[in-house]
Amino acid sequence: MADIISLHDAVKQFVSDGDTVALEGFTHLIPTAAGHEIIRQGKKDLTLVRMTPDLVYDQLIGAGCARKLIFSWGGNPGVGSLHRLRDAVEKQWPQALEIEEHSHADLANAYVAGASGLPFAVLRAYAGSDLPKVNPLIKTVTCPFTGEVLAAVPSVRPDVTVIHAQKADRKGNVLLWGILGVQKEAALAAKRCIVTVEEIVDDLQAPMNACVLPTWALSAVCHVPGGAHPSYAHGYTERDNRFYQAWDPIARDRETFTAWINEYIHGTANFSEFQAKLARASEAK
Amino acid sequence: MTYTTNEMMTVAAARRLKNGSVCFVGIGLPSKAANLARLTSSPDVVLIYESGPIGAKPDVLPLSIGDGELAETADTVVSTSEIFRYWLQGGRVDVGFLGAAQVDRFGNINTTVVGDYHQPKVRLPGAGGAPEIAGSAKSVLIILKQSARSFVDKLDFITSVGHGEGGDSRKRLGLPGAGPVGIITDLCTMEPEEQTNEFVVTALHPGVTREQVIAATGWAIRFADNVQETAAPSAVELGALRDLEARTALAHGQAPGEA
Repeated sequence: MADIISLHDAVKQFVSDGDTVALEGFTHLIPTAAGHEIIRQGKKDLTLVRMTPDLVYDQLIGAGCARKLIFSWGGNPGVGSLHRLRDAVEKQWPQALEIEEHSHADLANAYVAGASGLPFAVLRAYAGSDLPKVNPLIKTVTCPFTGEVLAAVPSVRPDVTVIHAQKADRKGNVLLWGILGVQKEAALAAKRCIVTVEEIVDDLQAPMNACVLPTWALSAVCHVPGGAHPSYAHGYTERDNRFYQAWDPIARDRETFTAWINEYIHGTANFSEFQAKLARASEAK
Repeated sequence: MTYTTNEMMTVAAARRLKNGSVCFVGIGLPSKAANLARLTSSPDVVLIYESGPIGAKPDVLPLSIGDGELAETADTVVSTSEIFRYWLQGGRVDVGFLGAAQVDRFGNINTTVVGDYHQPKVRLPGAGGAPEIAGSAKSVLIILKQSARSFVDKLDFITSVGHGEGGDSRKRLGLPGAGPVGIITDLCTMEPEEQTNEFVVTALHPGVTREQVIAATGWAIRFADNVQETAAPSAVELGALRDLEARTALAHGQAPGEA
């Protein structure tokens, strides 16, 4: 059963130094508030997994929380590079960052394998690509029935997955909809799962085949409205395209980045204080 | 009607999508061209985005691969794992429509690094969905602006394979799809030559010279025996494209050129 607790308590209880952590979201429902809380609590040596690392992973990496990144596409969508990721890979600032690089099809299959309790995933992939030359974990397996040679990759089984969703009921059952990416697979592949939600309701009123994660498959549910910002929660918030653009100059430089983290993350007690501070700053402009 | 080279590129790429075909669309230029096709010559083209929408009919172009507009206008929205497993690997995609940072003469694509992988000169975003789209779609179209920096003699990294080392390279790799059948740029259209599968220029856009193409290609580009001239964009095509860009700019609060 998932406890309905504060995000502070959920991160404190379920995320430990050295864990493999997936904060998933395919441009929708990105659990930004949880990323901020991990930074606030100074978690260290995390292996971060995500198909599409973007701003929240740039923040975690720049703030020194990560020692390794497993990914398949890293960037600020529609804007450019992740400068903190690049600085960590190229100049080891604030510490060295090991990278393990895959393709989307590979990681999507690896999450399915993880959720299925399998040690590896099999897919038709990578023939002719250089990726297996730089990632020794991409191997091949021969089909015992046809002889076809297929790609084999280790399953992803995070210690903790964190996702954002639209609704939970008071028992901690969670309903999510819209672009789901690999949210369900990542949640079920993990040993522990934290879900932040827009609202908590008496009755989910979920349509019959809707994506519902039952409370007994989750560890904690936290009420964090707007917790996916600058990403969005379909039906609740809009994507803040301006923030994605504004992040580029902040992250470009170590000093402006560190000042931003100190002001907006360490300088706030929780996500609602962060939101209030961000709103005041944008009104002042 | 006057038009820009970028508009010519988008229009020429849109014309390649047959009505009713199932198209796996990359974000950016491919998405713009695929939606222009849907709004003009190919109203029943089926657009699949890797974030999960199948049959998306966005009124404005998405800024990100997971914009809500794609979900709201789709026939159905499935998980990303299902997109790659059932729909792409399952053999249901006719055309993979890709952009690229760099291509070579065999239509191989680099979106990973320029320079050494471990000491890169430029670190690019990485593979995304492209390697398997390039492998499993029945055919592939590539759209990108042409320059000697993007059309290179040798790729530093092959992220997504085209025709490999040329000839029957793809067949030997066991890839199910036919690979890239066209590269559409702001200057010309290239197609693979029979036997060698090396990309040669088959059509020049109006007003473009061979010298311009040669200067903007990092290998000794060759021309087909019978090089056509691309038909200039029609008023209908240009009108649809400009309306789409204007709607997009308005929706995302951008200047018109940014869309």
